[in-house]
Amino acid sequence: MGGSYGSTLRYKSVQRLKPIGKHTLLGAGGEISDFQEIVRYLDELILYDNMWDDGNSLGPKEVHNYLNRLMYNRRNKFNPLWNTLVLGGVKNGQKYLGTVNMIGVHYEENHVATGFGNHLARPIFRDEWHEDMTFEEGVKLLEKCMLVLLYRDRSAVNKLQIAKITEEGATISEPYAIKTHWELEAFKNPATGAVGSW
Amino acid sequence: MFRNQYDTDVTTWSPAGRLFQVEYAMEAVKQGSAAVGLRSKTHVVLVCVGKANSEFSSHQKKIFKVDDHIGVAIAGLTADGRVLSLHMRSECIHYKFLYDSPLPVGRLVVQLADKAQVCTQRSWTRPYGVGLLVAGLDETGPHLYQNCPSGNYFEYQAFAIGARSQAAKTYLERKFETFPECSRNELIRHGIISVKEALAEGKLNGSNCNVAVVGIGEAFNTLDSKAVQQIIDSLEDRADEPPVDVAPVEGEQGAVQDDTDQAAAPMET
Repeated sequence: MGGSYGSTLRYKSVQRLKPIGKHTLLGAGGEISDFQEIVRYLDELILYDNMWDDGNSLGPKEVHNYLNRLMYNRRNKFNPLWNTLVLGGVKNGQKYLGTVNMIGVHYEENHVATGFGNHLARPIFRDEWHEDMTFEEGVKLLEKCMLVLLYRDRSAVNKLQIAKITEEGATISEPYAIKTHWELEAFKNPATGAVGSW
Repeated sequence: MFRNQYDTDVTTWSPAGRLFQVEYAMEAVKQGSAAVGLRSKTHVVLVCVGKANSEFSSHQKKIFKVDDHIGVAIAGLTADGRVLSLHMRSECIHYKFLYDSPLPVGRLVVQLADKAQVCTQRSWTRPYGVGLLVAGLDETGPHLYQNCPSGNYFEYQAFAIGARSQAAKTYLERKFETFPECSRNELIRHGIISVKEALAEGKLNGSNCNVAVVGIGEAFNTLDSKAVQQIIDSLEDRADEPPVDVAPVEGEQGAVQDDTDQAAAPMET
């Protein structure tokens, strides 16, 4: 939920997850204004798709490819949209999860992340993800990773949203906090080891 | 139709509200040799008669693959047909590039129709003189469309365009209700039989008869002339059999029943 301003976490209620059409969810890290532009492009794309009114619709794979084209072309013009995007969805029973970033690198994977998530969360996923997890198991795993990120990122805020997408559609939860523990011995009397003059 | 003072250019309406140049363009379609299309729940088949200029020349190419899931059959000005097919290929490949997904047939057909419409409203371009039967498969199933020089398009269960297409349509009218449940091969046989009806002279054989299929699990492909010849031969064999061997009078026996009908049906009206 955080929106950074350089190294400061300035905006603490930014929506970084958006449903796209009937079948897709998009999440982003990086420059929020660029993400908002991307959402505008996609809204237009979905609008024209709906206007055909012909029973066909753009699924997650199509949206992902479109975003890849967008990001890569901007990169080639040396004017990138400064984002890492994660994109997931379900269409006709087919599940899809992928990512595309500001230089146009894109791939599909069972677990994707932006920013520090790649370093802190994905190793946990690699150990603990498996096919046919239940939704609750998935949420627990995600919360575990978010907790690690919360502890270890110097500009993180304890406020997150979980989004779920199924054949029926997308739901994004209300923002909530996860339990953290700061009663470690080392945090008590922090100056014990090096008493300062002031 | 006869010449009149309103038919010089496409930007002139007649008092009756007709655009004669567009109608003349539709006449050009009727000059081309026949093309037939038919659809089942799983496949679409295109069958054409390809005329040859002379004994020495090759047969007219009337079927074009547009993408793995779409193909067209043309009737009328072949050059116009070729140019439109190339345009359709370009549209398909562009969509694939943007979305990594096959272009839905209905959308391609509308784009094509809009392109044709432009030529009915400019004083410096003439309408395209070609009718197209677009056969394709997308996630909503198999589809068959007709595109006209007027910029209109229609979806069909089965249709025929070109010279003597009415004879082919008469056969299709009798049989089309069975098409949704037909197998791929039965559908092809129906197509070839109906195109036979539209043949003025000469015999249908593997060289002058082009057959193409697209369906669930089958990319758009044109049948080899040998394969077509075999099917034509098998139709003839059945026609020669005495009625006793043919399936009972009642009931949908598909292709077998058709041959006895075909023997009786007029080749030309």
